[in-house]
Order: sequence, then C-alpha cells, then structure tokens
Amino acid sequence: MTADFGIKIEGVSHAYPGTQGLNAAGTLALKQTDLLIRHHEFHALLGPSGCGKSTLLYLIGGFIPVQTGSISTQKGPVTAPGPDRSIVFQNFALFPWKTVLENVMYGLQKKGLPEAECRDIAQAHIKLVQLSGFEQAYPSQLSGGMQQRAAIARTLAVDPDILLMDEPFGALDAQTRRVMQEELRMIWKRRPKTVVFVTHDVHEAVFLADRISIMSARPGRIEHQIDTGLGPERDESTLTDRRFVELGEQIWRLVREQAVLASRGGL
Amino acid sequence: MAAGDMRSVAAVDGRGSLVAVVALCVRYLPVLIMLAVWELVGRSGLVSQQMLPGIGAIAAAFLDLLQSGELVVNAWRSLSRAATGLGLAVLVGMTVGLLMATRPLFRTLFNPLVRILYPMPKSALIPLVMIWFGLGDASKIFLIFLGCLLPVIVSAYNGARGVNPFIVWSATSLGASKEQVLREIILPAALPDILAGCRTALAFSFILMVSSEFVIAKDGLGFLIGSLGDGGNYPAMFAVILTVASTGFVADRLFGSFVSHRLRWKEQA
Ligand SMILES: Nc1ncnc2c1ncn2[C@@H]1O[C@H](COP(=O)(O)OP(=O)(O)OP(=O)(O)O)[C@@H](O)[C@H]1O
Ligand SMILES: [Mg+2]
Repeated sequence: MTADFGIKIEGVSHAYPGTQGLNAAGTLALKQTDLLIRHHEFHALLGPSGCGKSTLLYLIGGFIPVQTGSISTQKGPVTAPGPDRSIVFQNFALFPWKTVLENVMYGLQKKGLPEAECRDIAQAHIKLVQLSGFEQAYPSQLSGGMQQRAAIARTLAVDPDILLMDEPFGALDAQTRRVMQEELRMIWKRRPKTVVFVTHDVHEAVFLADRISIMSARPGRIEHQIDTGLGPERDESTLTDRRFVELGEQIWRLVREQAVLASRGGL
Repeated sequence: MAAGDMRSVAAVDGRGSLVAVVALCVRYLPVLIMLAVWELVGRSGLVSQQMLPGIGAIAAAFLDLLQSGELVVNAWRSLSRAATGLGLAVLVGMTVGLLMATRPLFRTLFNPLVRILYPMPKSALIPLVMIWFGLGDASKIFLIFLGCLLPVIVSAYNGARGVNPFIVWSATSLGASKEQVLREIILPAALPDILAGCRTALAFSFILMVSSEFVIAKDGLGFLIGSLGDGGNYPAMFAVILTVASTGFVADRLFGSFVSHRLRWKEQA
C-alpha cells in the first residue's frame, strides 16, 4: 500500500479523564472515528460545538497521545508533534513575550534558515495577513482578530506538508475573513499541501474545501462526507454558482441535524 | 502607574515638578510621620535618648561614619557577599525550579528537599554553617545563598507549571526540541513568576546578610551594628541600621524598574 493518502485515521477513540467527584467517568470526545484525508486535499471539518473537532486536530498534530486506533501520515504513524504538521490553534497561542515579527520568525529559525531569509519570509507573511506596520507590536497590543492573523502568518511561514487549522478565521470580521479565505486558497494552490480546516461556517467550508466531513454530536464520529466538486478555481463567482448555493443548503441541513441531536443529548 | 503618570506630566509642564514632589511626599507620608513621632518621643523624655537617639544625633553619627570610611568599607563587604549569594541562588534556583517542573525525575528528587527546607528559618543554621565554612566570607555567602534559593526555586517551579500548554505545543510543532522548549519557551513564559521570586529573594538576602554578619563576622554592616551597639554608641548604630534599610529600599526599587522594563510585553494586558 503506497501512501496515496494525506492522513489516515482509523478507529480512533478519545476519552478525557474526569475530575474526581465532578464528571468522574470522564468525557468520551471521539468514538471509533475513521477518516481518510487524501494527499494534498483541502478538507473541511464541520460539526456541533463540543463534538471533538479540536480533539481530532490535536491527535493528528501529535499533541495528545492516541489512546485507541491509529493515525498515520506519509511519514508513518503519528507519535509526537513535528514541523511537518503545523497548526493554527483556536486560541492563537502566540508567544506573548515575542513581537509579531519574532513570533513569525520562530519556526523559520528552527528550520535553520539564515537570519536575513527568516526575516524576509516572515515579513512577506505578515504582509499577507495584512499586519504590516505591526511587526514590532507584542500580542497583548493587538486585537483578537489581529492576533489570529499573526498566528496564521506564523504557521503558514514554515510551509508545512500538513496544515491543521482550528477555526482560524473565527475572530475576523466578515470583510477580512473573505480576503483571508481567498488568500488561503491561493497559497494552497501555489504550494499544494494537505489541509484540515475546522470551521462552524458552512459557506466557508464549501468555498474553501474539496471535501467536507460532518461530525456527529459527541462522542464524535464522521457522519457524512461530501465532495464539493467545485473545481480548483474559487473566487467571487463561486459564491453565486448554483452548486455552491445548493451545497450550502444541503450541508447546513446535515449540520443542523447533528446540532439538534447535540442539544437533545444534554451535557 | 500613578507615579509614571506624574513623571510624564512633570516632563511637559514646569509646574509639574512641584506636583511630582508633592505626590512623592504624599506617598511616603507614613515614613515622615514615623520620623516625626520618633523625634517627638525622644524629646518628650518618655524614652531615654540612649535608647532612641534624636534624628540630629543620628545624622551627625552617619556623617562621621561616612568620613572615616568605615561605612563605605563595611557596606562594600556586605553588599558583595549579598550579591554573590543572591546571584548564585538565582542561577541555581532557576535551573532547579525549571527542571523540577519539566522533568519528573528532578521533581521526585528535589520535591521533598524543597518542602523541608522552605519553611525552615535559615538563621537557625548560622552556628552549624560557621562550623562548616569557618568565619570567612564563605559562611555568610552560603547562608544568603540558601535563604534566597528557596523562593527562587518555588517561583520558577510554579511559573513553569503554569505555562499555557498551547504555546508549548506551538513551539514543538514549529520544530523546537525539548531543550529549546525549556530555554526559549518555558523560561521566558515563567519569567514574571521567576522575577517576583527574585524580588522576594532580594529582601531575604538583606535579612540574612545582616543577621549572619551580626553573629559571625569581622566586618560588614551587620558586624558594625553589633559592635557599635556593644560599645554603647547608639546614634551610630541607628545610622548603620537606617543605612541598611535605605540601601535595601533602593535595591528593591531598582529591581522593580528592571522588572517592569523586562516585562514590558505584559503591560498592555
Ligand atoms: N482537556 C480536556 N479535559 C476534559 N474534557 C475535555 C478537554 N478538552 C475537551 N474536552 C471535552 O471533549 C469534548 C470535545 O472537545 P473539543 O474541544 O474537541 O470540541 P470541538 O468540537 O472543538 O468544540 P468547539 O467547536 O466548541 O471548539 C467536549 O465535550 C469537551 O468538554
Ligand atoms: Mg474546538
């Protein structure tokens, strides 16, 4: 079996330990999840809040150990974090004592690139996320949306094979969000990579992705998989494409179904 | 914060310097009141001038000590001991605290030692340390080191344990090794706590400097206080005590401004 896949997730379950007394049994976040993400595909992950989307990304990233089942990439089974799989966290996780420029340069320096090159690449990515002029600012001096863009720049700068993004545009206004979506799609086309993109925004998922997975209410599993079939080009005209509109409605219904189940399931 | 505002006002406006002086007086009003009460009690005759010399007498004794060079020589001896002990404690304490927080083996090894040593009054060790290290500098430096070590270890440990795991994850997924995570991520992330521990240690270093010299020394400010007291020269003794107090105060303020400069990335939050 040669590696024609980007990420292979097989029978992965994940339980968070409970705290004593309160929720002593723990939380089963993922149950027997199977998902095959193709090589260099842009894959979006939708699902109700708390269904285990972030957990799945952390497992792929190697940040939390796989308890049952297995996750592998072209480099073999995932056991630890590595620079081949970079992530944009839902909560940004910038280094607060470093400036924006230093944050974006960090991963490049770890690659062993010469300082001047690190600086150039970092500057280019800061420009890309429209943060020029804020190179010397500390994260605490930036708004939530700006911090999020700095985190995106830091991750994109290292140009990983596998890009994991956890609601990366969640803190952005509609305008910036649209610009960033087009930029991301462009970057992905220029430097093909496997992308796993978590979002709550159905239209964002349809606009960006080649395939979309919809997760069930907790404990999460992949409930539906949909090929968007919108082709490689995405721009303004995609938004009015009949297929785009139809897909949006169809997926919206599927996601809502799961969200209703989640709310019925109680805690 | 308020003092900073005052300073910037003073820079803009000539009248501001008056405002700044008034603000400073208000801030240290309790100290001025204490000095006034001190002087009044002395003059009222409630307490003998021997026990509580007047401020004038103390000032005169201070000038004498300064002119004779006695004060400077002994202050230098004391402060270099304190600085050596404190410096070593910061280096060792930071390393031990960070390793305890990140390496389970270190935690198992050092945790019981730290728990036993932390609450123990280090001055109780003076006689023992004297036997071990003799009457020279080494015994004082060791005591200061030991006293300063514990607050630094504990603050580095707590700071490192409290680091947001997501920034550690970010660093590892950007290619940082375990060593690099410790030096480049956990250390700076824990720095606010570590510096707070160092500030406590700075105060401890003054306490231990004086108390150890008081018991075992041939020079230093603690020794000077003891010998002047034994000789009945109370104004001079008070002058040395006040010198120690104000040196400690200045050192703390200097360290404080170093900290706020070093942690300027935090300020906006
Ligand atoms: N560290 C943790 N300890 C205990 N339980 C956790 C922990 N992290 C997540 N959980 C639980 O696991 C479940 C899945 O969490 P996860 O963060 O993966 O959801 P999510 O799909 O990313 O949600 P959202 O869309 O709100 O970000 C949730 O029910 C949550 O309560
Ligand atoms: Mg999440």
